Amino acid sequence: MDYILDGIRQAIWLLITGDPETFSAIKATVLASTTSIIATLVIGAPLGFILGYAQFPGRRAARLFFDTLLSFPTVVIGLLAYAFLTRRGPLGDLGLLFTIPGISLGQTFLGLPVVIAMTASAVEHLDTRLETTLLTLGAGPRQLLFTTLWEARFSITLAGLAAYGRIVSEIGISMMIGGNIKWHTRTITTAIALETGKGQFAMGIALGLVLMVVAFAVNLGAAAFRRRSEK
Amino acid sequence: MKRTILVLTLSLLICGLVSLPAKAMAEDVLMMATTTSTDNTGLLNVLAPEFKKDTGIELKWTAVGTGKALELGKNCDVDVLLVHAPEAEKKFVDAGSGVDRTEVMYNDFVVVGPESDPAKIKGKSVPEAMKAIADSKAVFVSRGDNSGTHKKEQELWKVAGLAPEKDEWYVQAGQGMIATLNMAAEKNGYSMTDRGTYIKYEADAKGNPPLKILVEGDKNLFNQYSVIAINPEKCKSAKYDLAKKFSDWMASPKIQKFIADFKLLDKQLFTPNAKK
Repeated sequence: MDYILDGIRQAIWLLITGDPETFSAIKATVLASTTSIIATLVIGAPLGFILGYAQFPGRRAARLFFDTLLSFPTVVIGLLAYAFLTRRGPLGDLGLLFTIPGISLGQTFLGLPVVIAMTASAVEHLDTRLETTLLTLGAGPRQLLFTTLWEARFSITLAGLAAYGRIVSEIGISMMIGGNIKWHTRTITTAIALETGKGQFAMGIALGLVLMVVAFAVNLGAAAFRRRSEK
Repeated sequence: MKRTILVLTLSLLICGLVSLPAKAMAEDVLMMATTTSTDNTGLLNVLAPEFKKDTGIELKWTAVGTGKALELGKNCDVDVLLVHAPEAEKKFVDAGSGVDRTEVMYNDFVVVGPESDPAKIKGKSVPEAMKAIADSKAVFVSRGDNSGTHKKEQELWKVAGLAPEKDEWYVQAGQGMIATLNMAAEKNGYSMTDRGTYIKYEADAKGNPPLKILVEGDKNLFNQYSVIAINPEKCKSAKYDLAKKFSDWMASPKIQKFIADFKLLDKQLFTPNAKK
C-alpha cells in the first residue's frame, strides 16, 4: 500500500523540481508519440475512407483483417520492426534502430489499424445523402474525400485519441526499437519497466502518474479542438 | 484548423533539425549492449561520464539480457558488448562475430532462502545445498527466462547432478530478479541471485529482508564479465577503434581501481580482474 502514496508524492516532486531524467523521458515520449500519431492519421484516415466508402471485392475480408489487427501484440510489432531496422535488415542502412524516429515508425503500425477501422466505420455510418449531394454539386474525388473526412471529424478525433492511447502506453516497440537508452530513447513506459525491474515500485507508480498527466494534456487539447469546431 | 496543422508541421521540422547535429557527431558515439546488472546497479551511470572525460567518446548503452545482447551483436546493431556468460561468449567469438574478448571484472552469485532454512543448506557447498533442496522438496524459485543468471543456476543444478524442470517444488517465474526474489519470499522458498541485486533487495527491505544469504563464496558461484568488440570484418558499421579504446580503458589500472571503489550502500559490487 505504501507504494501508492509514495508514488503520488514522488510524481508531484519529479514534476515540480523538473527532474532532468524524468523530463528527458517525457520529451522522448512526446516526440515519439506525436510523430507517430500524425503519421497514423495522415496515412490512416484516407485508407479508412477508402475502406468505408469504396465498393470492391474482398472489402469485407479487408475490414475483418484490420479489425483483427487491432489485437496485434506490441511486442510482436516491435520484433517485426526490429527485423526490418537491424543493420542486417532491409532498412538497416537508414540507421533508425535505437532512435526516436525508429520508435515512431513502429508505433505508426500500432496506431494504423485503430484509425483505419474506426474511420471506415464512421464513413459507413455517415448520411448516405452526403455523397449524392456532393456529387450533384460537382465535387471531384479529392473534394469528396476531404469533405467526407471533415464530416466524420469527431469520429476521427476519437479514433486518433484511441490510437494515441495505445501508442503512448505501449512498451514493446519502445523497448525493442528504442533500447531504453538513458537521455536518448528512454521513454516513460520503458523507464517504468526499468524502475519496476530494479524493485523501485513507488518510482514506477510515480512515472505512471506522470504519463497520465501527459495524456490528460493531450485529451484536453482534443476537447478544445472539438469545442471550437462545433461552433 | 489550418493553423493547427501548420504549427504541428513546423514543430516537427524543428525537432528534426535539432536532432540533425546529433547525427553529425555520430563518429564519437560508442553503442554498447550490456546486461541489466551493470545498468541497474548504477555502475554504467558513473563509468560513462568518466569515459567521456578521458576519451571524448560518448557511451550509449542498451541494457538487455545476455542472450539478447549477443543477438544484437551478431546483427551488427552495436559496436561493443559488456556481458557475463563465458560459454556463450566463446561461441560468439569462435563464430567470428566478436574479437578481443577482454575479461574486466567479476562479481558473484549467492543462494538465498528463508531464515528458518527448512532444507538446512546454510554454509554448505553448492552441490550439497542443491541436493538438500531437491531432497526436501523445498520450494525453489528460478528466473526461468534464459538470462545469464538463469543459465548460471542451471549450471549449479548440473554440478549437483540434478536437472529439475517439471518438479512441483521447482517454480519457473519467467520474470526479473527482484520479482523472482519477491516470489520466493512469498512462497517461503529458496532462490539464486547476483550479489548486487541482493544488496539492493536488502536495502529496500530496510536491512531486514525475508530472504537471507545461505550459501556464498563457492567457486561455482563466480560470475565473470567481459568486454567484446564486434568484428569489423563482419560488420562494416561497427566502430572497432572506439570499441578497442573502451576495452583498453576498462582494463587500465585507473579504471580497474575505479570499479573496485564503486560501492552500493557501502558494499563493493564488482571485483576488477583484467589481466595486465
